[in-house]
Amino acid sequence: MTITATEDTAERLARLQQHIEDLLREAKDRGASAAEASVGSSAGLEVSVRLGEVETVEHTRDNGLGITVYFGHRKGSASTTDLSPASLRDTVAAACTIAAQTQEDPCAHLADAALMAREIPDLELYHPWQLGVDEAIRIAAECEDAARAYDARIVNSEGASLSTHMGLQVYGNSHGFIGGYPSTRHGLSCAVVGEDGDAMQRDYWWTSARAAADLDPARGVGERAAERTVARLGARQIDTRKAPVLFRAEVAAGLLRSLVSAISGGSLYRRSSFLLDHLNEAIFPDFVRIHEQPQLPRGLASAPFDGDGVATWSKDLVSEGVLRTYLLDAYSGCRLKLPTTGNAGGVRNLSIDMGELDRAGMLALMGTGLFVTELMGHGVNAVTGDYSRGAAGFWVEHGEIQFPVEEITIAGNLKEMFTGLVAVGNDCDFPGSTRTGSWLIGEMTIAGE
Amino acid sequence: MNDPITIARDRILAPAGLTEYDLDRLLGLLAGSALDAADIYFQNSRLQSWVLEDGIIKDGNFSIEQGVGIRAICGEKTGFAYSDEITFPALAQAAEAARAIAGAGQHAQVRIANQAAVHRLYEPINPLVSLPDADQVALLKRVDAEARRMDPRVTKVSASVVAVQDIVMVLADDGTLAADVRPLVRLNVSVIAEANGRREQGGSGGGARAELGWLLLEDRALGFAREAVRLALTNLEAEPAPAGTMTVVLGAGWPGILLHEAIGHGLEGDFNRKETSAFAGRVGERVAAHGVTVVDDGTLAGRRGSLNMDDEGTPSQNTVLIEDGILRGYMQDKLNARLMGVRSTGNGRRESYAHLPMPRMTNTYMLAGTRDPQEIIASVDKGLYAVNFGGGQVDITSGKFVFSTSEAYLIEGGKIGRPVKGATLIGNGPDVLTRVSMIGNDLALDAGVGTCGKEGQSVPVGVGQPTMRIDSLTVGGTTA
Repeated sequence: MTITATEDTAERLARLQQHIEDLLREAKDRGASAAEASVGSSAGLEVSVRLGEVETVEHTRDNGLGITVYFGHRKGSASTTDLSPASLRDTVAAACTIAAQTQEDPCAHLADAALMAREIPDLELYHPWQLGVDEAIRIAAECEDAARAYDARIVNSEGASLSTHMGLQVYGNSHGFIGGYPSTRHGLSCAVVGEDGDAMQRDYWWTSARAAADLDPARGVGERAAERTVARLGARQIDTRKAPVLFRAEVAAGLLRSLVSAISGGSLYRRSSFLLDHLNEAIFPDFVRIHEQPQLPRGLASAPFDGDGVATWSKDLVSEGVLRTYLLDAYSGCRLKLPTTGNAGGVRNLSIDMGELDRAGMLALMGTGLFVTELMGHGVNAVTGDYSRGAAGFWVEHGEIQFPVEEITIAGNLKEMFTGLVAVGNDCDFPGSTRTGSWLIGEMTIAGE
Repeated sequence: MNDPITIARDRILAPAGLTEYDLDRLLGLLAGSALDAADIYFQNSRLQSWVLEDGIIKDGNFSIEQGVGIRAICGEKTGFAYSDEITFPALAQAAEAARAIAGAGQHAQVRIANQAAVHRLYEPINPLVSLPDADQVALLKRVDAEARRMDPRVTKVSASVVAVQDIVMVLADDGTLAADVRPLVRLNVSVIAEANGRREQGGSGGGARAELGWLLLEDRALGFAREAVRLALTNLEAEPAPAGTMTVVLGAGWPGILLHEAIGHGLEGDFNRKETSAFAGRVGERVAAHGVTVVDDGTLAGRRGSLNMDDEGTPSQNTVLIEDGILRGYMQDKLNARLMGVRSTGNGRRESYAHLPMPRMTNTYMLAGTRDPQEIIASVDKGLYAVNFGGGQVDITSGKFVFSTSEAYLIEGGKIGRPVKGATLIGNGPDVLTRVSMIGNDLALDAGVGTCGKEGQSVPVGVGQPTMRIDSLTVGGTTA
């Protein structure tokens, strides 16, 4: 069995666009002064293999539509998974019923008509994979086999899974804007368990891409999962102390996500950001530039227009260490009396300029300190920037890894961590839409024994 | 019309034009000699929410999700397909896709029988219409006014009310035909307080499987508003938290998130069948101090984590996980129970028809001890008293777990001292409960806002515990 579109993608897209037009017309007929709607449809295959045997074969098929209606400055929303004509009408009616109870909000309106995307560039997001179940199983098994064969201490497995998804997304609003595009996403991941004496450790690795040809080889993904697992064996606690901390690239990406959350319009107008009133102020050392590229070809977070229909564009969020822009949609922009930045739905393909040093160079620069490779829990206070999280990693002395560490916490404050950023490595080695190397932070508190 | 099976037929099968005969045929298509088990899960879920921000009702949402998930199991292999289109051809196609896992085999005849409901822990009502829209909106405005009235330092208030009706129906090749109509309501309040250049947040809320009127009883809604303000004001005074290993006293109720993370996930059947849990193969061993008894109880009336039946049609039950410090058993769904040669404990849960069931917790809590909570605090010379928490997380293989405080105080000389900022606590699940030295007589369950995530699936859960002293736990503050 293969994933094949039962009809041409263009025809399916046209049908979804027809749904949008029907929804918008129904809203108008019910007296709405404006409306916006989105419809999505996706299909996929996910297989997982554990200990060399097939564990699950899942066929996914999802539909959904959502509409927001405006009566002047009052609004109401409704959504459903049922795309039948009767359901479309009921959903619009439900949104209108909601709007009858909401109150005048001067910022409740569509984005400015002049900002609507005028053309929908092809961002090369659609690369369907005609993948049969048997072939999917073979690839997942190859990945898991490589992980299990990597080291005798790999004694168990959570398995490897391969997934392929194709989707269509259409958005339209009563300015007359309607836009849609198909996209695909494929991924392979593997998690294995290692044992040394009584203690077990687990780690994983993955690859993800718009086109199957861009995925990392299955074998390499498995070996990387095993390598990471084995490296954790024999981990122990260290004493409570203050020390420099090097965040491995993929955990440093989490610090970028905290930045994004703090400069997002919703956090700012709710006064729940530690970076409130920091626009045009230095929040990093002057070597830092952080850039968004929403129309990156094949980008995992790429989109030609945002959730308001506004065309997206590339921009620096931070340059020379100074915060240059907030991330706003039409609503939060209005609340902050600033124009939208085309970020309805979030930030797309973020990167930080990387420095000169590779992993070894970054460890040498730190000298003695903690190399953090995993963070646990939700200990980030968005309002104050206070940061306290469970961690695992390695203790480093004189630039050399000494032993793995676990059951510790690292704590500080994000504002001070950002200004205390010493260097960003060039060791970006993980998949995803956020590109960064490792981050060396001058000093944090480590709690342990 | 007050019977879950009748409601499920009327709301899911009838509009789709599906008859008893169709269900028999569908199960016949799915079941077969090569399969060990197969089931079909129908779901119709409705949600309505209102959001207040800056003193106005800013937004509201209504949504319907419905669909069917079809699963076929052969040994440890599972084939799964789902459809949000409830028509016989779509379901037949999904059944074919799911059963392909088993390869060829004879189709089987299945006789389904209505299963009598074992529990009636909540009424099969529709909470979305249990209070007029105008009254729901008015309630949020009263919550907003109460929070602002409490203290002039409150600068932002947001509040939301959500009502869900989830109708599920399960058919299985073992003859099961069972349905459940699950109401769920919740109110959340979040405030920002500002003073002397500091800004802090406080949040509170509660919920139940009940009508929206539940929020009005016992002054609950306004109580949540006052609690959110109290927490924000407390945090305005908070000083940096200590760092290091120390004695920790956990308050009653929501701090039971410790149990959920430290031992609950590690005792789920799937991780133990696969032997990836730090608790694997340890039934009968001591994993906690004398006096520690922990249960997972899906049978508490009206609780957020409770279920009349799980998502495989098994009645929920009260499962003893740890009894007087000894590990007694795991939480099971049908698949893992069969493979481990035990019975399902009614813990087979799924986020929706589009997800596969797996062993999940319901309401997980520790039974009360005998100590006066005041006596427990007085016993500590220097330590931390933690009474409110944000989220937690666990690595079930290494056993390491974290949970983060949102309200905590220093204990000095047996007395509760200054409030400290949020800090993450980290420990090792298999031995943290061996360090429990005092258990209070004040068992409390949380207010009904917990959501548990596992492998990308979210389900509502409850936690609880009495006040408890843990002799050493690592506290992740900034003051080393």
